[in-house]
Amino acid sequence: MDLIPRLAVQGAEMLLVLILAPFLLGFTRKVKARLLRRQGPPIFQPYRDLLRLIRKQVVLADNASWLFRAGPYLIFAATWVAAALIPTFATGLEFSWAADLIAITALLGSARFFLALVGMDVGTSFGGIGSSREMMFASLAEPAMIMIVFTVALVAGSTQLSAVADFMLANVTLRVSLGMALIALIIVALAENARIPVDNPATHLELTMVHEAMVLEYSGRHLAVLELAAALKLLIYISLIACIFFPWGIATPGSGAAAYAIGTISYAGKLLVGGFLLALFETSIAKMRVFRVPEFLGVALMLGLLGTLLLFISGSF
Amino acid sequence: MAVAVTLWGVAGLLVIALLGIVTQRLAIGSRLTYSACLLVCLAILFTACSKLLVSAGNVEHLQLPVGLPWIGARFALDPLAAFFLVIVNLAAAVASLFALGYGEHEKNPGRVLPFYAAFLAGMNLVILSADAFSFLFAWEFMSLTSWLLVMTYHHDADNRRAGYIYIVMASFGTLALLLAFGLLAGPAGNYAFADMRGAEAADWHRGLVLGLVLLGAGSKAGLVPLHVWLPLAHPAAPSHVSALMSGAMTKVAVYGFIRIVFDLLGQPVWWWGSVVLVLGSVTAVLGVLYAVMQRDLKRLLAYSTVENVGIIFVGLGLALAFRANDMTTAAALAFTAALLHAFNHSLFKSLLFFGAGAVLGSTGARDIEKLGGLIHRMPWTAFTFLGGCVAISALPPLNGFVSEWLVFQAVLLSPDLPEWGLKLLVPAAGAMLALGAALSAACFVRAYGITFLGRPRSVAAADAWETDAFSLAAMSILLGLCLLAGILPGFIIDALGPVAQDLVGQRMPQQAALPWFSIVPVAESRSSYNGLLVFAFIAISAMLAVEAIHRFASRAVRRGPAWDCGYPDPRPATQYTADSFAQPLRRVFAGVFLARERVEMRLPGDGRPARIDIRLRDLVWDLIYAPIEGWVAFASERMNTLQFLSIRQYLSLVFGALVALLLVVAIWT
Repeated sequence: MDLIPRLAVQGAEMLLVLILAPFLLGFTRKVKARLLRRQGPPIFQPYRDLLRLIRKQVVLADNASWLFRAGPYLIFAATWVAAALIPTFATGLEFSWAADLIAITALLGSARFFLALVGMDVGTSFGGIGSSREMMFASLAEPAMIMIVFTVALVAGSTQLSAVADFMLANVTLRVSLGMALIALIIVALAENARIPVDNPATHLELTMVHEAMVLEYSGRHLAVLELAAALKLLIYISLIACIFFPWGIATPGSGAAAYAIGTISYAGKLLVGGFLLALFETSIAKMRVFRVPEFLGVALMLGLLGTLLLFISGSF
Repeated sequence: MAVAVTLWGVAGLLVIALLGIVTQRLAIGSRLTYSACLLVCLAILFTACSKLLVSAGNVEHLQLPVGLPWIGARFALDPLAAFFLVIVNLAAAVASLFALGYGEHEKNPGRVLPFYAAFLAGMNLVILSADAFSFLFAWEFMSLTSWLLVMTYHHDADNRRAGYIYIVMASFGTLALLLAFGLLAGPAGNYAFADMRGAEAADWHRGLVLGLVLLGAGSKAGLVPLHVWLPLAHPAAPSHVSALMSGAMTKVAVYGFIRIVFDLLGQPVWWWGSVVLVLGSVTAVLGVLYAVMQRDLKRLLAYSTVENVGIIFVGLGLALAFRANDMTTAAALAFTAALLHAFNHSLFKSLLFFGAGAVLGSTGARDIEKLGGLIHRMPWTAFTFLGGCVAISALPPLNGFVSEWLVFQAVLLSPDLPEWGLKLLVPAAGAMLALGAALSAACFVRAYGITFLGRPRSVAAADAWETDAFSLAAMSILLGLCLLAGILPGFIIDALGPVAQDLVGQRMPQQAALPWFSIVPVAESRSSYNGLLVFAFIAISAMLAVEAIHRFASRAVRRGPAWDCGYPDPRPATQYTADSFAQPLRRVFAGVFLARERVEMRLPGDGRPARIDIRLRDLVWDLIYAPIEGWVAFASERMNTLQFLSIRQYLSLVFGALVALLLVVAIWT
């Protein structure tokens, strides 16, 4: 394939994740509302929210610094780049070799680093509490994520996501270590996306919020960018789970347009399933106390470590 | 040629040190000294760079008729020495540039200037030495000059205590190294490194040397549990010296370790790797856990140095394990990762210490609870410090991430290791490393957020002013180097090729010729990383987002009071403090610190303020150092009676000792 079509596929992927992210959020909210026997907002409400925020003026705190204004764009850019590196509907995207799964984890870490910083910029107690708790969660979620990466990489012999997806596609086997990694990754995904039971995305009850506390001082277009980045992050984690553990239907490089179409359709299907399961899980469990969360994440860390250990002992686990 | 140039540089630094005694009285004395140091360090840096890049193949030797009369002093410059000369002199050159501005704050330059230049000379001399005597001499010289710098502000009792603990630990370290060299030299007294290399020795003998080197070089580098002096002594010195001690002197210690263990000891045994791995990973996690709890900005940075030394030693431990099993490709990867991290750490740690120095210079405060909001008053310092925080937190696209990524790649190669001990140990070390990286992000969010963001917590912070141009230039250069090393790591990895070739028998594959400057440690199908593309992507995406938002969104901005859920409080004391930021982590890791928090809430109507008492215990201090201190005190108490004997009793003591020794000799032979 020539450079231009490859670049086009990469560009299409980046646009696709951007367009689908609010939809996934709206879909999850809708399913959740229906499960609670509420009508719920329309599926496309997140798009409307974004448009409304974009049209509004920004109210900045008096002592907000340049970092506060630049932060949303940096956070969004790091998240978007991470999303661009994940094989969603096709593997072997043009730039997928630029960074592997460890780098994607670290890119999301960069986004979180800046999010925690901007939360402290205005100097309110809520921003501080949000940043502090976010970094506490991250200090356990990130090593757990690295251990998951190790497990997957030891099975597939590569940390490149495209190679991992290709490997999983070619060698479908049930492995204990992969099962552990899947559970651990789901736990990390719930924590990283501020979902129940770790954090409640719908709450503005002061003492329970983490993510919302950090973005409390944001308004207008800045908030829109941050919301989009948050939606993108949810999409990233569901896509990660899909491409590592359920890569079925994903298009391989060099296949024809039909394969890409199938890949896109199956990707959309996986997102819907992922969103539905998330909503189902969230409605069937209560939020934890903040200091229960480290134990919850500790389970993910231990599962990841155990998976890695098993693979160090024998490659057949 | 290069050895001679470098030795002339060392001589120049010693002359500057002597002249410093005279020039410190002049108004421009410190400027003169620092610019002279800057020039000499640049010259050595240039020599070492050209040695490393152009003529790495031939090792240069030089023997001078000084030192011990019958052996003289030997010096040599091989790729390893050249690389560490680059680290030390780069850090020293930038520190001298920083000090051109920062040194003006110094009230008593006579206590800094002579020792500063001598300290630089000492570090260079350690790296150049090629026999045990000159190595130990230079090592002790370096320790003593740095001790003198730690005692700069000796009026402060805390600094005197720091200096006392430092000199005790440094002497202990030199003693351990002396014994190690004694074992290496053997009964024949082969003081020259060249003779030690070929010597055959039993495994237990070499294992003993490893233990002694871990004590000697490890205490200087700050390995847990020998790190106790480091967070006390490094912050006590003036900030540019703190930067050098953390950024360069710990690297000299790492050099000492590599020189002896990788070069002189010969083929390692597999358990060496496991010992070094355990020490390294424990150091990495404990260092950063203590760093998160610190309120003193410079002490926080010093604890973070302990963490980074741990990461370097994890890489070295992996390299030892791989080399013991003749997995040279993997050994080259792990070894290069460790050296690259040493280089990276010297860049960003110097940058952060300079930032801390700039803050100290303009506010007079090291306690971050008294700072805040400095991003408005010191925008450039804030910007460069932010870059340093991103780099040290191992976040792409800056340089800290590259070396950690390489270490992780080395971990992923270790299932092939045959020994069960290592198989079980390496994943745990990987997890500890990941934990350390995540905690260090938390640590630096806290440090940056409390120091530079938010509202000023004291008058000094509210009235801070931007630091001088020299300091800003030094910090900007370091930030630029951090970025360059982050997006073009391939060139540094290639420069490290000859070093790895010499010490582990293989080099990493050539990187600079790869398309788009990506790095591929083993094979492209396994893993690759391209910092340049990641950086370009982030920049382009951010610009696209800014462009799109500014085209389609409302551009209106209104300034108002903070929202804060409707109850904004104008008092800065209502902000989150450093201690409250650390509270969740203190609670999660309470087992490590044996943390005790006591809250005294007053009853309604009681006018006194509520109090919270936080007690953290340093287990290392409590379990190791406090008992030793107790025994020493006990023994000296008992022996004190010996001081007050009569002349007859002393004579009989001497006689008794003589008889006992003669008996021992008689039985021995």
